Amino acid sequence: MDEQKKSALEIIKSYDGPKLRIMEVCGTHTHEIFRLGIRKILPKNIELISGPGCPVCVTPVGFIDEAVLLALEHHVTICTFGDLIRVPGTKMSLAGARTEGAKIQVVYTPLDAVDYAAEHPEEQVVFLSVGFETTTPSSCLAVKNAKLQQLDNFSILTANKTMPNAYQALKGSADAFLYPGHVNAITGEEECQKLANDGVISGVIAGFTAKELLTALAVIIEKSKTGRPYFVNCYPRVVRSYGNPAARKVIAEVMEACDSEWRGLGVIPMSGMKLKEAYKDYDARIKFELPEIKGKPNPACRCGDVLQGKCKPSDCKVFGKGCTPQHPVGACMVSNEGSCSAYYQYGME
Amino acid sequence: MKSEKKVTLAHGAGGKQTSELIKQVFQAHFSNPEFTADDAAVLHVDGKIAMSTDGFIVSPYEFNGGNIGKLSICGTVNDLACMGAKPLYMTCSFIIEEGFSMDKLEEIVSYMEKTAKEAGVKIVAGDTKVAGKGQVDNIFITTTGIGKIIEGADTSGAYAKPGDKIIVTGDVGRHGCTILLARENLGIEADIKSDCAPLWGTVEAMLNTTKDIHVIRDATRGGVGTVLYEIAAESSVGVKLDSSAIPVDPAVKGVCGMLGLDPLYLANEGTLVVIAPADQADALLETLHQGKYSKNAAIIGEITDTMAGKVVVTTEIGAETLLPQPGGELLPRIC
Repeated sequence: MDEQKKSALEIIKSYDGPKLRIMEVCGTHTHEIFRLGIRKILPKNIELISGPGCPVCVTPVGFIDEAVLLALEHHVTICTFGDLIRVPGTKMSLAGARTEGAKIQVVYTPLDAVDYAAEHPEEQVVFLSVGFETTTPSSCLAVKNAKLQQLDNFSILTANKTMPNAYQALKGSADAFLYPGHVNAITGEEECQKLANDGVISGVIAGFTAKELLTALAVIIEKSKTGRPYFVNCYPRVVRSYGNPAARKVIAEVMEACDSEWRGLGVIPMSGMKLKEAYKDYDARIKFELPEIKGKPNPACRCGDVLQGKCKPSDCKVFGKGCTPQHPVGACMVSNEGSCSAYYQYGME
Repeated sequence: MKSEKKVTLAHGAGGKQTSELIKQVFQAHFSNPEFTADDAAVLHVDGKIAMSTDGFIVSPYEFNGGNIGKLSICGTVNDLACMGAKPLYMTCSFIIEEGFSMDKLEEIVSYMEKTAKEAGVKIVAGDTKVAGKGQVDNIFITTTGIGKIIEGADTSGAYAKPGDKIIVTGDVGRHGCTILLARENLGIEADIKSDCAPLWGTVEAMLNTTKDIHVIRDATRGGVGTVLYEIAAESSVGVKLDSSAIPVDPAVKGVCGMLGLDPLYLANEGTLVVIAPADQADALLETLHQGKYSKNAAIIGEITDTMAGKVVVTTEIGAETLLPQPGGELLPRIC
């Protein structure tokens, strides 16, 4: 084993300080942490909590209801990332809508949805725009492309989210954050540095390989011993201090901040993105005059508590019984990056 | 410009065009003394026989490293080989979409001829149906084969025993990855070739080394991971894998990394999972390393008497974790 990995592993295994609660905010981190078995090597006094960093998991029930309404009542073609199809809505998921005749097209990028719209001028196409700072730029590019091509059959249903205000909302849930490297590659270091400077919460930016994840955890352990708030970029090979200005520019051109509902966390002020006035023709809510929909999650589901680290997936009554990856009750059981799905698949209690 | 010759409904109607098709395409390529013009082939076979059938609907029907024709021979030949059976005879049934290119059909059939020859199997009967446009996707093939089980061979998914070693005969996930890239328009360029190959030679060489082999399984749909879960359940044993020992082509690893897939769950069409007593494993590995299709063979783990029905992986940080069982929609129509 590589020296750095080995010494990081030793620091982690030998930790015997006070209880340390670390929240991994990113869904890809959750997935990698399970795949590598990192939880299995942690000492008892370190707890890893899977935070709200999987875009599918935090998408509220009402958003699925809006998409189902568009598909079944307005007969639009829904273009979406595959994971969203099985997320339960109040009455049904998009998979359920499909069996009732809804047209659902899986795409890999928002730009594919624009291509689909261009190739099918007879259909109205709506792209389900979910995701964080990492995917939002390509949604914005898709809208710009559609405008350039003067497509009048393409629009997006936005549920885009931004992290900084979510960190504020979650500050009591953990002692330190393992920041999502991919998001910081866009946003840079500034916001996370400020959270530490202001004494809100500590954290380190982490990459995704075994070495990068172990190093980030070891840095948290060492820094936490000082008792002062800290911020360290442990993913400098990808994350520059200034982030990716070009990506931020395209977001700023097309979208603006708005209040946004997170599944389980409620509405977090200015934590979402919506299309600016200049692009309102591409806003599916305006185009199809959607009513305000309040989704009702299944009351048995504790996804909200799981996302805040208030309980483990296996503490939920329906976990592994009524709720499995084949028949998910809550969103966290749907995506591969969801913590309930990971707990279930890796047989964690 | 000469217009391309196409398969028409008349080619499947049983009349003049049908016999022309049989003569010019199928007989021309499959010709052997047992190939029948009668209603059924009449064959002499002694001893214990294995028999298997498999349908092929792969999309696209051509891919880097083969096509549906080659696949249709390998699939059935390999199923027989896994039971220790030397493939002897095969039948094949074609369902072809109206308008399918005659040249492409010829190419598919010539691949079948070449692959059957290599596997030492004779195609003795066949059937052709032509379906209307849109009723099938280009071409579907079903093959059925019989093989003679060689003396002393006795393999089954239920025979794995604690202490046995687990061998894969090649690097994993190449066929599934090839089809994924050919089909999904992901904009990823990678030089990945399907492992599609007839494996009787590989199995024969192993059985010549030792008859003491407990399980041989073709790791097709669902890949090595799924096969190991099947064996763990059928034999009521645990499986323990060493993640660093699993051979994966670097390009396959790269693509899987990008798409969040595990090569252990991607299909193979020329890679077997072999389970044998620990004292036979090194000799088997040495034999495999000399074979045409098994140069990358490796011991990837062992059978245990704990965690029956489960597959546990030792990860690169030395932690033991369950191999998650895939569910839902894996890639459809890979074979």
